Amino acid sequence: MSDRLDVRKTYKLYVGGKFPRSESGRSYEVTDHKGGFLANAAQASRKDARDAVVAARAAFAGWSGATAYNRGQVLYRVAEVMEGRRAQFTADVAAVEGLTARRADDVVSAAIDRWVWYAGWADKLAQVLGSSNPVAGPFFNFSTPEPTGVVAAVAPQDSSLLGLVSVVAAIIVSGNTVVVLTSFERPVPAISLSEVLATSDVPGGVVNVLTGSTSEVAPWLASHMDVNALDLAGVDDDALRTSLEVAAADNVKRVRRADTSDWSADPGLSRVRAFVETKTVWHPIGA
Amino acid sequence: MNRTSTAVLADAGGRGDVTESDASLRRFLHGLPGVDKVGADARAAALSTRSIKTTAKAYAIDLAISMIDLTTLEGADTPGKVRTLCAKAVHPDPTDPGVPATAAVCVYNDLVGLAKADLGSSGVKVAAVATAFPSGRASLAVKLTDTRDAVAAGADEIDMVIDRGAFLSGRYLQVLDEIAAIKAACGVAHLKVILETGELATYDNVRRASWLAMLAGADFIKTSTGKVSPAATLPVTLVMLEACRDWRDSTGATVGMKPAGGIRTTKDAMRYLVLVNETVGTDWLTPDLFRLGASSLLNDLLLQRHKLATGRYSGPDYVTVD
Repeated sequence: MSDRLDVRKTYKLYVGGKFPRSESGRSYEVTDHKGGFLANAAQASRKDARDAVVAARAAFAGWSGATAYNRGQVLYRVAEVMEGRRAQFTADVAAVEGLTARRADDVVSAAIDRWVWYAGWADKLAQVLGSSNPVAGPFFNFSTPEPTGVVAAVAPQDSSLLGLVSVVAAIIVSGNTVVVLTSFERPVPAISLSEVLATSDVPGGVVNVLTGSTSEVAPWLASHMDVNALDLAGVDDDALRTSLEVAAADNVKRVRRADTSDWSADPGLSRVRAFVETKTVWHPIGA
Repeated sequence: MNRTSTAVLADAGGRGDVTESDASLRRFLHGLPGVDKVGADARAAALSTRSIKTTAKAYAIDLAISMIDLTTLEGADTPGKVRTLCAKAVHPDPTDPGVPATAAVCVYNDLVGLAKADLGSSGVKVAAVATAFPSGRASLAVKLTDTRDAVAAGADEIDMVIDRGAFLSGRYLQVLDEIAAIKAACGVAHLKVILETGELATYDNVRRASWLAMLAGADFIKTSTGKVSPAATLPVTLVMLEACRDWRDSTGATVGMKPAGGIRTTKDAMRYLVLVNETVGTDWLTPDLFRLGASSLLNDLLLQRHKLATGRYSGPDYVTVD
């Protein structure tokens, strides 16, 4: 039995609901925590980042225009599909993060629960983040959260699944679309997640997953004039972070710095709030 | 450029007056060498892999902008939309005076006066589609009136469609006479003859129609109306450019070329420019002899221009909504 050949997998990117190779044709070897061969991952280039932003922009109108209730259902469906592939995710997380099978299973459970948790928030955000404001005049005055637009995110480098899910779900729940750059050394759970996204109900282009070097690709996303916000959850290097923030200032992107490494804690709403804009309308009170 | 068909054919290599009768015209057109379809497709595909970067790209972008016939041909066109288009044709990017103006604005007959008044002395020409565009199904009298109307309103260029029904049933002389009559009605205005290659079925027909249009006195030959799919393609453009080249070789006269429809990205535009350069040579790389019929192409060219100038990717928020 032991003379069966290994299936050495070569993965691709996930852009616009499809799995293209990197435009550059490059890939790199991903190892497990012991240094053994795990898979080949595509190494995204700046042009892949460009294509991903175009896909995310194209998907924005449909996703932000869907009802909040519908978005909640779609996010819940992601949790359902993940649950069905629990064994694969457990093996991925155990291999890249060096956890025991039991610990890895706990991490996968937490990641699935995180989708369910954010799915529940989809149609409740407006009640919590919005308000009805008292004004001195015959007007109703409402403030409601609106999605910021296309968000570029650098996923946490260590927490390859739970951290990634926490970043992505918080961004898309309010109607944003996202281009996420995965952990460079631990991209495999993210690739499995993109396979889940492709086979669940998330429209193509809402989540775009790029594997590759942060320092190579992130600056192009940070300076891209059609990106509206930047989540730097996976950027620990101060010099890189500063240069990304400077580039992001050109079109006044919202930027959220890395602020936690404990992804198992109760996330709260701060990640969601970071990527919504408050719209206030005045409506005359009828006679 | 003022030539009669007799004069042209006299110096077209001593073929005699092929326009004398339907039979002689047919003999001439069917005597043209056949197009190698596989070869034309392969040649166009091979040329489209050329890589144009940095300074060459910057040059090509500006050249492409200056060759655009900025087009709006919708039933829902309004004076407001035409004014917007004219403003954009003169200053494609209001934040950068270094961007060249487009070659022309292309509108329906009834909006010519408005466009002409708006463009004034900017140097941007007004092209009008005439002769029962886009189907070309009307009597010659109606087509002539349509053309005279546009010229009287101030059109600098007339884009006419050929009668594809007559062409496909082999009534070549009728098509030729019609083009010649319209050319006479144009006066000083330039005449572009739309072959509507999407309806001509074969590359052989495209070559015959190109020659027919040039025999009749066209200043430009143009692929498509943009209303029929497929519109302009690279191989069809290649066949037509070869006709332009052969025409110059046999008569010494230059006829322009305008692919129109379906050219949306900078990459597409570059491929056409490469095709022109490699087929008829650098002489044709001027708005006087090569045009691109397009509307959304201009925005993509501007985005690429921003990228080259600033080193970062731009977005649709920074160009106008058409």
